[in-house]
Amino acid sequence: MAELIIISTLNGVLYGMLLFLMASGLTLIFSMMGVLNFAHASFYMLGAFLGYQISQWAGFVPALILAPMIAGGIGALVERYGLRTVHKNGHVAELLFTFGLAFIIEEVIQMIWGKLSVDYRVPSWLDFSAFTIYATNYPAYKTFMLLFSIVIFIGLIFLLTRTRAGLIIQASLSHPNMVGMLGHNVPRVFMLVFGLGTALAAIAGVIAGAAYVTQSNMAALLGPILFVVVVVGGLGSLWGAFVASLLIGLLQTFAIASDWSLNKFFGDFITPTRGTLLFDVWNVTIAQVGPILPYLLLVLVLIFRPTGLFGTRET
Amino acid sequence: MKWQMPKKLLGLAAVGLVAGAGYLALPQKTEAQGATIKIAYVDPLSGPMAGIGDTGLKNFQFILEEINAKGGANGQKLEVVPFDNKLNAQETIVQVQKAIDSGIRIITQGNGTAFAIAISEFVTKYNERNPGKEVIYLNYAAVDPILTNAKCSYWHFRWDANTEQKMAAITAFLKDKKDVKKMYLINQDYAFGHGVRDLAVKFLKEKRPDIEVVGNELHPLAKITDFAPYIAKIKASGADSIITGNWGNDISLLIKAAADAGLQVNFFTFYAGGTGGPTAIKQANLSNRVFAVGEGFANIPHKASQDFEKGLRDKYKVGLFYPRGVNQLRMLAAAITQAKSDDPKKFAAVLHGMKFEVFNGGEGIMRADDHQFMQPMYMASFGPIKADQPFDEENTGWGWSIAGKVDSKDTAVPTTCKMNKPS
Repeated sequence: MAELIIISTLNGVLYGMLLFLMASGLTLIFSMMGVLNFAHASFYMLGAFLGYQISQWAGFVPALILAPMIAGGIGALVERYGLRTVHKNGHVAELLFTFGLAFIIEEVIQMIWGKLSVDYRVPSWLDFSAFTIYATNYPAYKTFMLLFSIVIFIGLIFLLTRTRAGLIIQASLSHPNMVGMLGHNVPRVFMLVFGLGTALAAIAGVIAGAAYVTQSNMAALLGPILFVVVVVGGLGSLWGAFVASLLIGLLQTFAIASDWSLNKFFGDFITPTRGTLLFDVWNVTIAQVGPILPYLLLVLVLIFRPTGLFGTRET
Repeated sequence: MKWQMPKKLLGLAAVGLVAGAGYLALPQKTEAQGATIKIAYVDPLSGPMAGIGDTGLKNFQFILEEINAKGGANGQKLEVVPFDNKLNAQETIVQVQKAIDSGIRIITQGNGTAFAIAISEFVTKYNERNPGKEVIYLNYAAVDPILTNAKCSYWHFRWDANTEQKMAAITAFLKDKKDVKKMYLINQDYAFGHGVRDLAVKFLKEKRPDIEVVGNELHPLAKITDFAPYIAKIKASGADSIITGNWGNDISLLIKAAADAGLQVNFFTFYAGGTGGPTAIKQANLSNRVFAVGEGFANIPHKASQDFEKGLRDKYKVGLFYPRGVNQLRMLAAAITQAKSDDPKKFAAVLHGMKFEVFNGGEGIMRADDHQFMQPMYMASFGPIKADQPFDEENTGWGWSIAGKVDSKDTAVPTTCKMNKPS
């Protein structure tokens, strides 16, 4: 049991940290520009494919550096020449713009790399088991993913709270006009934040793509859950996104580890017959409903705490 | 006033479009004798299961090249035309309709029981309403027993052994594996996975009541990218063996996660041989601990099939994942030749009850009662190849060797099918 708990915690935290890498950019963009960026997960996917391609040519480390830079650059260009123009037509236009962008990115990726998953592997120098807990090996690469995302997280916190650029970003979040009056180029801040956000998503793509599967539907699989993280954590709150990511990561991992069902608790009192609707409801385990739990959380948070866990304004 | 013209133009354009679409949708004229016979291949060619759909398509293309080189069917060439169903039931029917609209009367599909049932019902209904234009459905891999039992149809023919036959073969093999004591069941959460789970429980109770089922898991189909949480749970259960019907990415990622965690158990699988599976098994170093049930494997000592395998690998760099596909297409060609017609109604009557020498040797029969093909079944295990075994998989140096065999007659499970044979 202890083994299961420790391993599940590790797996959950790892998944949570990956979610955070993506959600941090999304929440910054969302709160600063009011744009719900539907294409955010597409930049995660773009990062994974670029990471695959560059690691084929130059190795994993160059991929880890170059792929996020390229994706971030594309993100900044999208903001500068796409969103900023569309912005004049209001939020609905922006929303539709990012929505369309997601499809375009997916289609372009399919055109370049095909519809099959690409053979993106963990680099051989990280392909061993780092340590053993009881009798379960924990892969070195996953340890690397975990440490790397923690480093990024600390760097991000440092950037936002301890540097001049971070202060301007924070100020632009709440008082964009005032920041503009003080002589700062607010549109450029927006562009940089958008680029930074997409680069973070691309980093997640580069490291997760090698560990999991790199294919053209990975954005669609992950996209919806990012919005859950942002809403549950609270708009614009980096800490909120951090806590919500870990919460959802752990929630999903532990749900899988659990075999509880209504039958287990109430089976002694009510035993439905096989084939009836109640029988199915009674015997569904938490592991089976695991994938929808985050959305349940989303609904509950929206009802009972619309500002999210750490947010200051309503969603 | 300003908008009048564009609106009119728009209207005209719309009429034109509808008319054009209507024209395109019209069934083309029946092709003349000697023209190519087209087979619509309706399977996922994009998305998470595209790998498996793509392998199947290449298999089919190669098999048809061989058949065509030997004269085709009744003097006509055969051709497979891909249709991407995106692993979606609605899209499946759209694609089948599209195939029929373009004049194709032979449909083949294999991945996903739910889609197979949809096609079988659609084709059956279509044939009732369009006598003289019958369409036939050749199923090479959808294995829910229901297709040859409660929902059987005269127009559906299945070349793959169904879940019940496969599970019977696995559990017969387990009879002598006394080191298996604790079994974990992990399957995909849809009709097929439920079937595998229920049959495993049922057959284990009959054949190995001493085996304890320590876990019974269902996970979402084609959505999991990291099976690590499931592996942790399997480990905690103390299982020494796993039965899984997983296919496509769901089996290769499952074994990959087991490899990462260092989980050392036996895997009794339906489809461990699929793309990515062999690489993962080698990585997990599970020598001869992963088993697969099937109607044929590359290393079966049988010259004709090994020559065929070599030709396929030289040309497409993939192994034959579907020996049943060879049986299916060769029998199709033979039936068309024998019926002297590419009219499904005529050659279906030949397929009904047809006997045939199967790809890996031995006799198979398309049982007339339910259109379930009966064929010898094998259990194979995956490990380092021996000197007399010519084929490894995915350049791992490991390959399949035969660990057990069940003859055609012993795979015959009873059917409840009451078939409506057209007059």
